Amino acid sequence: MTDKFISIEGIARRYPGAGGGETTIFEDLWLSMKRGEFGCVIGHSGCGKTTVLNILAGLDQPSAGAVIVDGQAIEGTSLDRAVIFQSHALLPWRTVLGNVAYAVTSKWRNWDRAKVKAHAQKFIDLVGLTGSEHKRPSELSGGMKQRVGIARALSITPKIMLMDEPFSALDALTRGTLQDEVRRICLETGQTAFMITHDVDEAIYLADKIFLMTNGPGAVLAEIVENPLPKDRGRIDLHRHPLYYAVRNHIVDFLVSRSKTFAATVTDHDPRNVPVVRPGKPELVVAADAEDSIEASWPSVARPTTSSQG
Amino acid sequence: MNASLRFRAAVVSIVLFAAFLGIWHLATRSTGAVGNMSPEYAKLMGLTATQGKSAMPGPLDVGAKLWEHLRQPFYDNGPNDKGLGIQLGYSIARVGLGYLLAVIVAIPLGFLIGMSPLISRAIDPFIQILKPISPLAWMPLALYTIKDSSISAIFVIFICSVWPMLLNTAFGVAAVRKEWINVARTLEVGTVRRAFTVILPAAAPTILTGMRISIGIAWLVIVAAEMLVGGTGIGYFVWNEWNNLSITNVIIAILMIGIVGMLLDQILARFTRMVTFPE
Repeated sequence: MTDKFISIEGIARRYPGAGGGETTIFEDLWLSMKRGEFGCVIGHSGCGKTTVLNILAGLDQPSAGAVIVDGQAIEGTSLDRAVIFQSHALLPWRTVLGNVAYAVTSKWRNWDRAKVKAHAQKFIDLVGLTGSEHKRPSELSGGMKQRVGIARALSITPKIMLMDEPFSALDALTRGTLQDEVRRICLETGQTAFMITHDVDEAIYLADKIFLMTNGPGAVLAEIVENPLPKDRGRIDLHRHPLYYAVRNHIVDFLVSRSKTFAATVTDHDPRNVPVVRPGKPELVVAADAEDSIEASWPSVARPTTSSQG
Repeated sequence: MNASLRFRAAVVSIVLFAAFLGIWHLATRSTGAVGNMSPEYAKLMGLTATQGKSAMPGPLDVGAKLWEHLRQPFYDNGPNDKGLGIQLGYSIARVGLGYLLAVIVAIPLGFLIGMSPLISRAIDPFIQILKPISPLAWMPLALYTIKDSSISAIFVIFICSVWPMLLNTAFGVAAVRKEWINVARTLEVGTVRRAFTVILPAAAPTILTGMRISIGIAWLVIVAAEMLVGGTGIGYFVWNEWNNLSITNVIIAILMIGIVGMLLDQILARFTRMVTFPE
């Protein structure tokens, strides 16, 4: 099962709606990821991204379907799946070290104090917070708080890191630095990561696979974009890569128009066999389809086609 | 700036206090000989009749008596003549016992109510009805069932201090941020450990606020309860001195009740500050 480290199999989430009916947020969602892959989900608010992540974390239950991680169906939360929360969710009465140590003692209950401290310290150093161990969260900036959140998640050496828009509350500069950190750590440790974001550039920089979801209610996973950029991409010259805009335009096109019209225009969508798209390659079919619909509203501007850039 | 503000405030406080003492003194002083009466008769009548002195004691009388009490706070000359320290000690002990019982009951029960929506709804009607009952209304029932006036007073303290603690604990526990609970859940922290490491510290400021309200109410109620049950305590002392028509002692007792109440409140305030965390 190495090719399907995470396998989301036909999950759905429905809420009892007004007037006795049911509101379906998403239905029959299939998604899989390999070990060591970095996956990003992009979609508009209300498409159920956070619910997918919460189900994966075990914080929420699907109305139908199952999630299999490393060959086992998940039941509830697990120390194998660490979550980095959007609001960092640090315990404000504990210090930086205390917050990380809390996670460490939760995983290794019989470790003595010194061992826990040494282990926690290692991860505080990893995220560059050496010297701030004894500060309380209220004394830290937003970026530093989120670093603690990352250190806490990493300290339990999880199989999967789940991130729910971890950088959306940060300013652009801090966000960039933290993206670098996360990317470096994931590459160094071969961490499998699953992230939700609104930020297209963030997804292109970090992710190996980008999962595009249509608008809710009744959201579906429309397609999987394989990131064609080289693995050793850097943030500084990322936008100069010849394929960068091909990927970016493809995703932005999806978010701007196709995410709304997808359900109406694509009738033969098979949720178990979501098309995998690799922008920039000649066999890009779905993206070419999208081009037609967009050019209608923007006829005078000749846009470079995605394939010609490659 | 801050220090100078504090200094100025202290000056104003002292001026106000001095003004209060001055007015009090002027209002209760002797106005001079009222009329001619034979010295023997005057001796019998006392200063109120002969010198126009108010029946209300002046600050100097109270001060002198207070000094007497403070020099000898723990004397014991039998049931109706005990030192102020002993009386206050009895009251504090009763409040302490009843309050401690209330803590033991209210905090675990509050946790249960806060954590379980079922229990919360099931117990809510009882709390709503029991909470507004004046604690003294329980007194006859307590005297009848417990058959001991001193323990009945403790019960009354218990019943009056249990509600604010219970409601605040339940509220504090129920209002713990979902994300902190989720952190504990993703770390597979068990229920007991979660209660002690996440919910208790998160709810502690709210719980302590409830405890601070409770100690204030308990101290209010003990005076009234001791007036009823009698025997010992500062409340009994007040009533006993009223029966003795010693207004001086009544005033001193009032002052002492205020000071002890303030100290109790300050102790709880300090505890509250200790568990409060900045966000």
